[in-house]
Amino acid sequence: MIEQSWVYGLLGGLIIGIAASIYLLINGRIMGASGILGGLVDGSGHNSWKERATFLLGLIGVPGFVVLMFGVPETNITSNGWVLVAAGLLVGVGTRIAKGCTSGHGVCGISRFSLRGIVATVFYLLAGGLSIVLFKNILGVI
Amino acid sequence: MRNLSSFVSGSLFGLGLIISGMTDTAKVQGWLDIFGDWDPTLAFVLGGAILPMLVTWQYAKRRQTSFLGSTLSEPPEQKVGRDLVVGSFLFGAGWGLAGLCPGPAMASLTFNGTSGVLFFVSMAFGMWFSVPLLRRIQLNG
Repeated sequence: MIEQSWVYGLLGGLIIGIAASIYLLINGRIMGASGILGGLVDGSGHNSWKERATFLLGLIGVPGFVVLMFGVPETNITSNGWVLVAAGLLVGVGTRIAKGCTSGHGVCGISRFSLRGIVATVFYLLAGGLSIVLFKNILGVI
Repeated sequence: MRNLSSFVSGSLFGLGLIISGMTDTAKVQGWLDIFGDWDPTLAFVLGGAILPMLVTWQYAKRRQTSFLGSTLSEPPEQKVGRDLVVGSFLFGAGWGLAGLCPGPAMASLTFNGTSGVLFFVSMAFGMWFSVPLLRRIQLNG
């Protein structure tokens, strides 16, 4: 018996893969969420700002539109401000130092058999697992 | 044209993220919780996203330029340095802590209330701050 959430996961995943294929084949770029935003934030991507801004417009706007029509999905986001700020800073700094996140290193890197993508994925998964052990099981803050 | 295709790509990315359940922080944390009640959904998401890209990369390798004529993805940088390892480790720690990575954080920005905005602003600040930070600690290499 296959659980429903796995089917949705696979379907959503395929759509993400198609999105990355479009960005690569048409725009000639790696679809990495942290890189696209980061280049706008620190100014390093000012030459391609329009392409980045339109990508983010779709990424932020279209789910908002879908939610208006079909209702808000479960998000379970914490309301603990300290957790949100600490996690946001870690994600922001970490993805810029590593030059990639789950989409850039994970989706686009692994499918290219890139050593950097694979190493990055191993380390962020490892740290994610340890983070759960530390913050949930030991400290109990999440 | 470039801006239209990047809009389509971003839209599909956002759509895929909500359909797959990646915007549900409990699902993401459930996948990372290997010692607890492990939720394998994320493996299907990552696997599903990698499948089309495997084909795309094989095709892209045989092309010099993208359909719009820009240089197609330089050969991958293969240097595995401290920056890659340390950065990924910090990112993973934050990912586990809140259950959000950059893509889903933006895809859920319109319906995650002030919590979502607080995470996003902190993340964007971290991205901006990482430039002077890197210059100072010289992690490159």
